[in-house]
Amino acid sequence: MSSPALVFEGVGKSYGSIPAAVDVDLEVQRGELVTLIGPSGCGKSTALRLMAGLERPDRGRILVAGEVVAGPGTFVQPEKRRVGMVFQDHALFPHLSVERNVAFGLIDLPRAERKARVAEVLGLVRLADKAKRYPHELSGGEQQRVALARALAPKPAVVLLDEPFSSLDENLRAQVRAELVGVLRATGTTAVFVTHDQTEALSIGDRVVVMQAGHIEQADTPQRVFESPASRFVASFMGDADFLPAHVHSALLTCEIGVVSTVPGWGRADVDVEVVLRPHEVALSPAVGRKGEGPEVVAVEYHGAFVLHTVRLASGRTLRSWQQHAVRYPVGTPVEASVVAGVTPTLLVGDRAVVAPPAAPPLS
Amino acid sequence: MAQTLVPTPVLRVRRVNARGRLRWSALVVMVALLVAAPVVAILLEVGTQRPDGLPAHLPQMVTTTLVLMTSVGLGSLVLGVGLAWLVTAYTFPLRNVLVWLLVLPLAMPAYILGFVFLSTFDAAGPVQQWLRGVGLDVQFSIASLAGCAVVMSLTLYPYVYLMARAAFAEQGRATYDAARTLGASRRRAFFAVLLPLARPSLAAGLALVMMEVLTDFATVQYFNVQTVSYGAYVVWKGKWNFASATQLASMVMLFAAAVMVGERLLRGRAHFTQKGGRGTGLQPVPLGRVTGLLATLVCVAALAVAVFVPVGRLVGWAVQPTHKTSEGVLSADFGEALTNSLVVAVLAAVTCVVLALLIGHALRLGGGRVVRAAAQLTTFGYAVPGAVVGIGTLLVLRALNDGVEGLGVPGGLGLLATGSVPAILFAYAVRFLGPAYQAVDASYAKLSTSITQGALSLGARPLRVLRTVHAPLVRPGIAVATVLVTIDAIKELPLVLMLRPVDFTTVSVWVYSLATENLWNLAALPALIIVALAVIPVFLLFRQVWSADRAARRRLEEER
Repeated sequence: MSSPALVFEGVGKSYGSIPAAVDVDLEVQRGELVTLIGPSGCGKSTALRLMAGLERPDRGRILVAGEVVAGPGTFVQPEKRRVGMVFQDHALFPHLSVERNVAFGLIDLPRAERKARVAEVLGLVRLADKAKRYPHELSGGEQQRVALARALAPKPAVVLLDEPFSSLDENLRAQVRAELVGVLRATGTTAVFVTHDQTEALSIGDRVVVMQAGHIEQADTPQRVFESPASRFVASFMGDADFLPAHVHSALLTCEIGVVSTVPGWGRADVDVEVVLRPHEVALSPAVGRKGEGPEVVAVEYHGAFVLHTVRLASGRTLRSWQQHAVRYPVGTPVEASVVAGVTPTLLVGDRAVVAPPAAPPLS
Repeated sequence: MAQTLVPTPVLRVRRVNARGRLRWSALVVMVALLVAAPVVAILLEVGTQRPDGLPAHLPQMVTTTLVLMTSVGLGSLVLGVGLAWLVTAYTFPLRNVLVWLLVLPLAMPAYILGFVFLSTFDAAGPVQQWLRGVGLDVQFSIASLAGCAVVMSLTLYPYVYLMARAAFAEQGRATYDAARTLGASRRRAFFAVLLPLARPSLAAGLALVMMEVLTDFATVQYFNVQTVSYGAYVVWKGKWNFASATQLASMVMLFAAAVMVGERLLRGRAHFTQKGGRGTGLQPVPLGRVTGLLATLVCVAALAVAVFVPVGRLVGWAVQPTHKTSEGVLSADFGEALTNSLVVAVLAAVTCVVLALLIGHALRLGGGRVVRAAAQLTTFGYAVPGAVVGIGTLLVLRALNDGVEGLGVPGGLGLLATGSVPAILFAYAVRFLGPAYQAVDASYAKLSTSITQGALSLGARPLRVLRTVHAPLVRPGIAVATVLVTIDAIKELPLVLMLRPVDFTTVSVWVYSLATENLWNLAALPALIIVALAVIPVFLLFRQVWSADRAARRRLEEER
């Protein structure tokens, strides 16, 4: 296999005293779609700017298609990198027609090849008939596609997309997203998306990179990021999550709502942990005739297909649970909460997820 | 299709270090150094040379300058704030026209209004003659500090007016509304909310006015008001006394610095510019029939005194047949002056606009705090009084000349220390780069940074980005900057007076020298040309004020 499309090796960057990238390591393979997500200020945009050459790293190396583009003593300017960009505001040149926008990056090609390439990429994004139009004459979705065609035209090693859908309105977004991802897949393009939308990150990426405070918290498949978050932060950022103190004894995980599951391989453990419970993993049943203290519904939110119930446990902690839209327990209903069968919940020690029993304290 | 975009190197990847951008950044720093050079030269000269004693009359000059600045400041504050309040708080006949027409006096250079005033209102003028004719025993000279202050206030008040109007109409609308709902009357809400909120704006306007007063040394000369700037000019042109002129110029600089500090103090810790925002703010109420007419009259009177009557006088003189055609407008000399004005103005405009375009471009490419600070520095020439730029330019050119001579070239660059056309051009570039940059920068600011980044990421080198992306997209700014600088340069008098070689005349110098000899009818037509040209940039302001005012009125209608 040839060299990865993009490599970060111990990349660091800070603005004054604010770290925007701390010792970031990342490898993006050819043809891979990677999404970069995190709260605002987490450094995801900085990471993108570092890839594009719009920012210089303070430490570490960046490689594009095996070529060092930034590192000690080396810095390749953005115009010399084989990196394409699609911007949030599309950044089409308003004074150039669609055709000339797309041809902008092809100055080094002979005229005939340039024409052919422009026609080819415009065909890819199904805009061949709009070649003579000017950007302001296009719809938002069409502008988005021109921006993609323009970035793809010079055959970059990697295409960076900076929140490419956030300027489109909600109902258009899903359609444009599907189209765009389709084109990227069809052409085998390597792409890095920055987004702040969790659903988007999970649905389009081969891998999701979750960042916080300049660190990569987790870089993994969407399933693993959602189902086995690496930390408390990832668990709560990539979806709703409640945390309950729990205990593992003889491979059995118990918490306030009872036995959660078995934990294979923890047979000899006897430790306190925290369990991450997502609302769809929590089952509720009415506690008919229960006397005295117990879990009770404190809030009900109707979301259409599902109804979100918030339950206060005896300890005062709250737990959320999705119920089918027909199920609705009014506020004040005494309930029993349990964990849906078959779930293997994530366990936390401190802020990190653990898969094996914490090591015994070192002998000393 | 799947393989169409498998990366194959279309773009040659070349390893370059960061030097490419360094050149652009260095350019900005160099321009900044050039702009700062005159001021630095004066500071160095004052710091190293010990002239024999202070220039004569220095204390009087300082006092005169202070009194003139204060009175012009007060005059333009009263006129500017008063008129702005009138057109913002009330509607009255012609109000919608007057709101932008009141900016017109900006087109009237003080050195033109000054001589029209002198010829009209002085002891020998028609007004006093008529008064004596009806039996009043009046005979007094208006060639005084008071007369000068009136003329300057009339030409400079629009700076305050513009700032005040924008502040009253646009700022703190929601705050004003809150004050009204808390039971404040219109008057109280104005004095307790709008006026304090407008303070930073007013301070800025006032600072502009004072800077203009400091720059002038032609108008003050008609009125025999000996300011420090005037002193620097006379010491230089009369005695070619470099040391004293430098010292006086540094004095002027001190005043300019004081104005800037004063502005900061007046602004205080008030960083409040609540632009826009929601709310209706101060709404104009109709005045009664009599008071309405009175308000119209007040505005029209200000315009009449500052523009209409003087222009009428000038037209009157211009159409009078002159006997001495050799000094008339049709003479070859005047043709030469006009050509000189145009050539110098166009050269200055092209220089400033190209530099502004390059600076904006360099900033777009990145560049750290140093480059941004340097870009800021390039705009500050406009706040440096003419006498300082003038003397400073001479010092810079002298040093340059000496340097070249020192390298063994006999006669150096051949630049006369007494002034030259290159000196004028340099001084113009220093002085007008500010407005040019601001106009071009306003256009750059409308471009999203991703446009630049997109162009770069598509493989365009900085020069190509400038040529094919930036330059076409900031064309509106370039156009405005060209017009502004060309006209400012034609209007400009103090710098030419100070730096021109003896045989070099421009239209503004022509007007000034004829006016100082009381040959008003000969000065009239060139003066009209200048006024007519100066209306063009004011027209741009008109449109701004007009559209802002229309937007405000629309908002009001929609809410009703």
